[in-house]
Amino acid sequence: MIKLHARLSHRTDAEPFVARIVRNLQNTVDRNREILLTNQTETMVPGFRGYLMVSHTDDSSTSDSPIWPLPAELDHLAEGDVVRISPRSGEIWVMYRRASTFNSMLVTERCNSYCVMCSQPPKVANDDFLRAAYLEAIPLMSPETRELGITGGEPALLGNGLVELLNACKTHLPQTAIHILTNGRLFRDIEFCRALSSIEHPDLMLGIPLYSDISYRHDHVVQADGAFDETIRGLLNLARFQVPIEIRVVLHRDTVDRLPQLARFITRNLPFASHVALMGLEMMGFARANLPALWIDPADYQPQLRAAVEHFDRHGMSVSIYNHQLCVLDHDLWPFARKSISDWKNEYLPECDRCAVRADCGGFFASSSLRRSDHIQAIEAAASI
Amino acid sequence: MSSLPIIKGQRFHNLDYFRRRSGENYRLLPMRFIALDDTRYVVTNFAGELIVLLRETMQQLVRHELDTASPIYEELLARHFVLDDDSDVALGLLAIKYRTKQSLLANFTALFMFVVSLRCDHSCPYCQVSRQSADRHAYDMKPEVVARAIDFMFRSPSPTIKVEFQGGESLLNFGLIEQIVAEVNARNVVENREIQFVIATNLAPLTDEILTFCREHHIFLSTSLDGPKSLHNANRPRPGGDSHELVEHGIQRAREVLGHDQISALMTTTAESLSQPRAIVDEYVRLGFTSIFLRPLSPYGFAVKTGAVGRYTVDQWLDFYRETLGYIIELNTQGVPIREEYTALLLRKMLTPYPTGYVDLQSPAGIGIAGIVFNYDGDIYASDEARMLAETGDRRFRLGNLINDSYEDVILSDTLLDTLSQTMTEGVPMCVDCGFQPYCGSDPVYHHATQNDAVGFKPLSDFCRRNMEVMRQIIRLLEDDPQSAEILNTWL
Ligand code: SF4
Ligand code: SF4
Repeated sequence: MIKLHARLSHRTDAEPFVARIVRNLQNTVDRNREILLTNQTETMVPGFRGYLMVSHTDDSSTSDSPIWPLPAELDHLAEGDVVRISPRSGEIWVMYRRASTFNSMLVTERCNSYCVMCSQPPKVANDDFLRAAYLEAIPLMSPETRELGITGGEPALLGNGLVELLNACKTHLPQTAIHILTNGRLFRDIEFCRALSSIEHPDLMLGIPLYSDISYRHDHVVQADGAFDETIRGLLNLARFQVPIEIRVVLHRDTVDRLPQLARFITRNLPFASHVALMGLEMMGFARANLPALWIDPADYQPQLRAAVEHFDRHGMSVSIYNHQLCVLDHDLWPFARKSISDWKNEYLPECDRCAVRADCGGFFASSSLRRSDHIQAIEAAASI
Repeated sequence: MSSLPIIKGQRFHNLDYFRRRSGENYRLLPMRFIALDDTRYVVTNFAGELIVLLRETMQQLVRHELDTASPIYEELLARHFVLDDDSDVALGLLAIKYRTKQSLLANFTALFMFVVSLRCDHSCPYCQVSRQSADRHAYDMKPEVVARAIDFMFRSPSPTIKVEFQGGESLLNFGLIEQIVAEVNARNVVENREIQFVIATNLAPLTDEILTFCREHHIFLSTSLDGPKSLHNANRPRPGGDSHELVEHGIQRAREVLGHDQISALMTTTAESLSQPRAIVDEYVRLGFTSIFLRPLSPYGFAVKTGAVGRYTVDQWLDFYRETLGYIIELNTQGVPIREEYTALLLRKMLTPYPTGYVDLQSPAGIGIAGIVFNYDGDIYASDEARMLAETGDRRFRLGNLINDSYEDVILSDTLLDTLSQTMTEGVPMCVDCGFQPYCGSDPVYHHATQNDAVGFKPLSDFCRRNMEVMRQIIRLLEDDPQSAEILNTWL
């Protein structure tokens, strides 16, 4: 698992700043927004906002100069990555990794829901600095970035701030697909939808969870009264402005039983959705605490999953299964399974070493050690087609 | 369910907490129902949602005595048959579903049939319109008619336009088809519609030259195939008695040149067909078709008056339909992919939010607005059946003439508008209370021909009886026969 936060060896009295990592001097554009990653202390090029020393000599830095030894756990740092350094608290945060295909911007940790399985439990503290930091970071990201996520918390709580971020993406990353994870509730405000759609972002998708066709069942999962109605209104508003929508369903004890009915509800009522994502439970955050109540072995919900996937498929709605090991999925569902777990999260078991489909299997979240299906079993080569 | 813990002082609430406002106070949303059999009702709403309820459940539901903790209550909530205090998005969702279901209305006319010639090489007894004539000029469409027809067509706001060439035998006037295709394509450079050309033909006059032209212009072929050789040839006499041979050969050639799925076939059910459902389906399978459309013989024009159709009743046709459908499903379970189109149309209406463009199952009726016919002589008819009726001297559904009347004259004519407003099944006696209303339609030409009234008295209408029983059969299969339901669900 790749680390994205680290401590610097010492603190200096300076404002936090966001900068791009430069290794090759030919790549510098604006040194004031760049940090040189180097191992040559002798021939240090002046003018950069800061310096990270790969093989550091302990005495090279004084307490006031923006020169730090590269923390060992950030040895993956590379050309084009974007970091935020807080000199006073001595922290470095990797905001963007150029080589990763799974960059996302966590723009707030506040949320208006309190989902029983939330992997990133909400916090209440003011975290406006996140939006500001990303506004600085976006212009530094590579315009070749294929996809960029916006997550939370609930990003829509930023209101106009979200519109601002999206505008920055459109300006600086015109080729990049933007995927926003939101509970959709605040889009019940038609003016907010109008503002979002008026950006006319060329490649935007909103991923919005819907956990049941029955209002109180959905509200129970997200632990918010009236959330179902708000999300549905949000979906209809977004559809009205033709903002592309993906419906997301996390599968656990409280969502699998009516999954086929939910599928029917979606194709009937929300036929404008471009895609449906059915996702395995990530055992982080609240999911960990609530695991005894939420856990169901994926092998035990195959009938419901299969019925739902077949329904979507027959109704011409594109559907994918995420975060499921192939060996627990019905073979007929394999074509819908996506190898999705982010590069810094997935792991495999010893059993997987002799599995014929390991290369196509997403494996496990690091967090899955808490609870795994009882049906993990290497696939024989003959059964792998 | 084990209870959830308290985290950081915040309590997770259990399901009952969120359900506290649901139940007791449920209200009924608009619904229609009709008996499925002695014990069950089909319940639907205007947006097309469907559920089958036991008679007791139905009674409890309408008396507000239904147990709101029962699973069926949640099914009714989810399908927007009831509303309670926990959620009020149902009305918004019903509205968007109704809008989706009626979305084709906004596009207006999308199908334009050009009767390029009435001449035909066949002399089918059930055909009312064709002529055996050597005189091209008497029964071929004239150039001035063509020009006006194309102008008329592009007045329709529809983003998609289907141009179907009809006859007689349309290919006997292939030269005119070439001209129309060229002219329509030229106009479309500016109009920018999505245009699909279809030639309806018996394939007898098919040549390589014609096929090359079809390939160049992506023209789809639609032919007639009534079943195995003996049946087809009996239904479709032509000099030489070789109609079946010609159509089989034509289908093969068309597939070689245009691609396998660029040709489809339509079947007409005659009295002779009724006894051989399997042979008919087998013939379709043998010729590589994956769909068959069990159409009842239209009782129009000559056929009604001479009693030719009276040779079988709607109940005989229904027996034929049920048996054939059963056989088709049986073939599917054996891995032979073939489906019945009328059933598929109704399934789409029942199980998806989308409309179908099928003229006879629309409200208001599809005449004139789903499709319109330009006859060879410039007369404009509300449907193909309307022009057949006219051939018997009854011009009730003639909307005007391309040479003499403007687009507005035709589209705003009383003939069309009165018929449309009368045929909205939402308000037609008997349909207004019928559980099948959201999937059904009205066939004003048929009702006029049989009852001398465009709306018609439904208890005496074979159109009504046929649709009711077809829908009952489909719903019974979906409800009671999981294996058949599994197949039917793949026909969407
Ligand atoms: S054994 Fe491992 S690699 Fe194979 S399918 Fe299961 S989880 Fe995936
Ligand atoms: S025609 Fe008959 S089946 Fe159709 S809606 Fe009217 S009453 Fe019902």
